[in-house]
Amino acid sequence: MRTITYRDALREAIREEMLRDERVFILGEDIAGYGGTYAVTKGLFEEFGEKRVRDTPLAEEVITGAAIGAALGGLRPILELMTINFSLLATDLIVNSAAKLHYMFGGQPQLPLVIRTPGGGGAQRGAQHSQMFESWYAHIPGLKVVMPGTPYDVKGMFKSAVRDPDPVLFIEHELLYNVKGEVPDEDVEYTVPLNLAEVKRPGREVTIITFSRMLHLSLQAADDLSKEGIEAEVIDLRSIRPIDIDLIVDSVKKTNRVVIAEEGWKYYGTGQGLAALIYEHAFDHMDAPIQHVTGADVPMPYSKALERAALPRKSDIIEAVKAIVPAALVRG
Amino acid sequence: MKKVEMPKMGDTMEEGKILHWIKKEGDPVKKGEMLAEVETDKVNIEIEAFASGTLRKILVSEGNSAPIGAAIALIGAADEPLSENTGGNGATKTPATREPGEHSPGNAQSVPAQVLSSTVAAPTPGKGGRIFISPIARRIAQEHRLDYATLQGTGPNGRIIKMDVEAALSRLQPVVTAMPEAVGVAGAQPVPPQALPISSTEPIMASIDTGEVVEIPLTAMRRTIARRLSQSMQTAPHFYVTSVIDTDKLAALRQQINEYAATDPSPVKVSFNDLIVKAVARALVRIPQVNVSFAEDRILQKKQVHIGVAVALEQGLIVPVLRNADQRGILDIAREARRLSEAAREGKLRPEDFSGGTFTVSNLGMFDVDSFTAVINAPESAILAVGSITPTPVVVDGQVVVRNRMKVTLSADHRAIDGAMAARFLQEVKRLLEEPFGLIL
Repeated sequence: MRTITYRDALREAIREEMLRDERVFILGEDIAGYGGTYAVTKGLFEEFGEKRVRDTPLAEEVITGAAIGAALGGLRPILELMTINFSLLATDLIVNSAAKLHYMFGGQPQLPLVIRTPGGGGAQRGAQHSQMFESWYAHIPGLKVVMPGTPYDVKGMFKSAVRDPDPVLFIEHELLYNVKGEVPDEDVEYTVPLNLAEVKRPGREVTIITFSRMLHLSLQAADDLSKEGIEAEVIDLRSIRPIDIDLIVDSVKKTNRVVIAEEGWKYYGTGQGLAALIYEHAFDHMDAPIQHVTGADVPMPYSKALERAALPRKSDIIEAVKAIVPAALVRG
Repeated sequence: MKKVEMPKMGDTMEEGKILHWIKKEGDPVKKGEMLAEVETDKVNIEIEAFASGTLRKILVSEGNSAPIGAAIALIGAADEPLSENTGGNGATKTPATREPGEHSPGNAQSVPAQVLSSTVAAPTPGKGGRIFISPIARRIAQEHRLDYATLQGTGPNGRIIKMDVEAALSRLQPVVTAMPEAVGVAGAQPVPPQALPISSTEPIMASIDTGEVVEIPLTAMRRTIARRLSQSMQTAPHFYVTSVIDTDKLAALRQQINEYAATDPSPVKVSFNDLIVKAVARALVRIPQVNVSFAEDRILQKKQVHIGVAVALEQGLIVPVLRNADQRGILDIAREARRLSEAAREGKLRPEDFSGGTFTVSNLGMFDVDSFTAVINAPESAILAVGSITPTPVVVDGQVVVRNRMKVTLSADHRAIDGAMAARFLQEVKRLLEEPFGLIL
């Protein structure tokens, strides 16, 4: 095991998949000579050359269409959209083409496409560049949407995404790239399935369900709560679609209480969809209403202080837990 | 508008009763002035105003109780409008008055007319006395046949949560200081599991000597016994069938069994009651129409035979349940009965030890009673009351001889069981006890 960054783990996954399968290539804006806006693809242009590492125009609709065409033609493209905010320009391609062609043509064409794109706030990118859109895409049958939160998962899930026959939206987070974590040595081949959540920390009194950057705040919150005698179970969704409801229900049966912690907005998003599923499948095991920690219901402010106030904090998670864990259960 | 809440005065306090309102509606009050006299489980105490203003609304009238934290009155400016919600919020925590089992607000009948409208209009739980309970808490309560209507919720907005139900279940095992030999002794009015104390056991409540009488405050257990058995007697039309059973052969068999059982690797002594339980269980298998619950629109015939055995405790009764008694051998029944009685004595009965009974046996034989009738342990539909075994002169073949005999009386719920059915059942019990080899075959 080594300790490396999320960025390096991701780059390794891209590189190893390119070495493994020559049909794999990457395309995107500034990913070649510049090495990518977040330096994820740094060095790959030098290693693989312009045929397999292709800079594109700043035209998301065009390049997404090109990637879809390449996938239909038998290649395995990895498309980097600089941020998920720009994916809105390519939404028609993603929703109406990538998600549907396999279905509409009787299962004949395969569409092995990975769209990599970071989202999220916290770096003062302003209202238009700090958003979480995973729930928009997770709404669409025909897409897989994953959001790994750790270096180990990002490497293992990226490899699974490249090998998957269907389009996968692989959503990263700008503030995760420098997060470090243990990853097996380079000569150890591993993958992480695209459809499974994982208990990142076992607990008893409450289940915190989270994903992406909020995983780390949730784990910190769980550490703090543990000092007060509350053992929170932290589940990392990893995959938004499909969602691993079985693991969640098993946890709820044990803890009877749920806090959902996500960075995105509250209404009609990932957390609310998840909450509905939990009530549907685990109602008889609930001892308290689900608590929902989200970003503030506003466009992301540019001001550093206001941005901080708009993003969910560790303390919000702790408060949400305490709101539903009876004080008498807390062992002092 | 500020709410005056029922304060918590002492660890065991769960609710307080308004004895007397010192201030009346419309009276000006100053912070620190006495508002009302409240009776708790231990003392009477005056509660003071925490805010100044006008006592706008009394939400809990004299003589009624409210749980800790429930709003009992509103203090505000003299001209401040009374919002409907303000009155309701406090009551949301729990019904302002909670006579166990009453689903409508208990204070509705006794509050003054001008208060009535706002009290009844309170959004919750005035409307139909809705009880707020979490899904898992409700499920656990139902699994253990716990009547959660009487629980105090400690969750947000007074919601009954899992912890409250678990605490109530654990309190179902009262502290027992002394108990007669469990087997063969029981109360005439066995208490179903849900009748047991689910608020504090309150063994230390003080009696009040008022001159003519000594007022003994009700323990939660006594209150529940009163409620549950009244309910059973009022809703289930009881009828009684008595039979006299010759026990000479039973005594002989018991002696033989005990001689054998004394040398068993784990020796055990079999009581008459154990044999009666066995006979009843077997009779219920043969006549399952008695192993039923009346459920308003249908009859639920139980596939399993779980026999409750009423046991007297110093402060009440408990009915441990011998599960699947029909499938157990006599020694097994004796051992289980002993385990249950010891667990009851030590307060270590588990919820499954006293829930789910389908028929109850109540035995007062030890107290030298000829016969008695018992109140049905709802939702069961029948109970067998067992009297003493008495040497009795009887005529056999024209000769007067002395035989040992025992009177048993079956109480049955006529909604579910008819007289002939009850008689057939009793006949089968009598046959099994008079020709008791059937019990071991």
